[in-house]
Amino acid sequence: MSASHDHGHPLTFSGEIRQETGVIINKCYQCGKCSAGCPLAEEMDYPPSLVMRMLQTGDEVNRDHVLKSMSIWLCLNCEMCLTRCPMEIDIPSLMDNLRQRSLKAKKVNPQAKKIIAFHQSFLDSIRYTGRLYEVGLVVDYKMRTFDLMQDVAIAPKMLIKGKLNPMPDLIKGRKKVAAIMRRTQKNKEGKL
Amino acid sequence: MKIGLYPGCSLKGGSTEYQDSVAALAKAFDIELVEIPDWNCCGATAAHNLDRELSLSLPARIMALAEREGLTDIVVPCAACYNRLSVTKHELAEDPALREKISSILNLKYEGTTHILNIIQFIDKFIADKLEAKVVNPFNYKTACYYGCLLVRPHSVLQFDRVEDPQSMDNLVKLAGGNVIDWAFKTECCGAGLSISRTDTVARLSGKIIKDAVDREAEVMVVACPMCHSNLDMRRPQINKYLNENIDMPVLYISQVLGLAIGIDAKTLGLNRHMTAVNLKEKPIGDSLAASQSTGAETQKMEA
Repeated sequence: MSASHDHGHPLTFSGEIRQETGVIINKCYQCGKCSAGCPLAEEMDYPPSLVMRMLQTGDEVNRDHVLKSMSIWLCLNCEMCLTRCPMEIDIPSLMDNLRQRSLKAKKVNPQAKKIIAFHQSFLDSIRYTGRLYEVGLVVDYKMRTFDLMQDVAIAPKMLIKGKLNPMPDLIKGRKKVAAIMRRTQKNKEGKL
Repeated sequence: MKIGLYPGCSLKGGSTEYQDSVAALAKAFDIELVEIPDWNCCGATAAHNLDRELSLSLPARIMALAEREGLTDIVVPCAACYNRLSVTKHELAEDPALREKISSILNLKYEGTTHILNIIQFIDKFIADKLEAKVVNPFNYKTACYYGCLLVRPHSVLQFDRVEDPQSMDNLVKLAGGNVIDWAFKTECCGAGLSISRTDTVARLSGKIIKDAVDREAEVMVVACPMCHSNLDMRRPQINKYLNENIDMPVLYISQVLGLAIGIDAKTLGLNRHMTAVNLKEKPIGDSLAASQSTGAETQKMEA
């Protein structure tokens, strides 16, 4: 990012993004291949190429719209956009970064609550057992979302098919894994 | 021959048939799979969506434990875990300062000396050249090989197969006597981790994949990822509702297809554990050759 685009601050927003992800936002020339290939574009409020354009403007209001958008939470990191981008812009890494910024700035779109609840339930399972305990994950998710009926109908068949492990696998090093999680959260606002 | 194994959580939970079929296949070729001791979850989508350092630390611990055990080749049957481990290895190799930081978070020495293999690479490296000689039940079905996202992307990191029209799984199915179809949704996303939080989205994305395969007369779909499998198999009622059709095409793991071809029984391979029943009609050997010629297939259909 050239200095001409900042306003006297040591690092602009796009400068920060470049430092944290290697993505140079201004490389995008709006060809639209990312949005054309994105499997979630039709459900997004702003398709990926529009997110790029909004960030290019450097306008704080646009940036705010992006951080409050559903797009960043619907992105599945399937990497199709990066694969097809003629400028090889790593949009999936940018999306990861924007999600983390949105969480930190407490700007998460209310409709993304369930998606984040799922991720948090997933991490809870790792914190307590060292691994993903699927039954625990679903119960934890239901507690967070009050979505009590989710997958109730399918559970008996899964049980018969041996797809539900009633007991978690507790690894020996689970305290070490919990400590790793703690150390990654040190000096960070908000907790996972 | 001893090869390291990182099964990941799905293979120990909802996808035990993948674990069992990989184990049976390895055993048939005299390969000893050694599970990395006390492995943890790779963090999957949850970790990299919410925290970058965590998303690198969890896979790094797994690889550090493998290094400590002296394991170099590590097979990772789950495409999502394979992706997380490979991306972590790549990022830590590129950035020594980051590697140091993650090592201190782990409180474990991480050197990055392991060699991460997905299931196809594992089979290619240790099994493929001995496979054909062992085939006793050619898998003579019209087969759609579905690779999904995480096995092939990002190409700059994984360097595995062609990114839009991969062939490696197709080649293995051909070795097993299969008749692979050419189709358009090989690497489209199934909806992955939104399975629980946005089931409708998954029904739409997976529905398009199932529909394209069936429209091109596939009798069976083959995958190499437990997440793809659970979306395409377990979410079939929602998929069928979205498509307003009743599609019963089964979805098998590549390890199950190869296992069947070399004569391992269906139960050992866990075929009875799928949610969409695996009802493959037995076909006389040689039938696949007739079916592979499109004119032949058309004639058969007209006769029917």
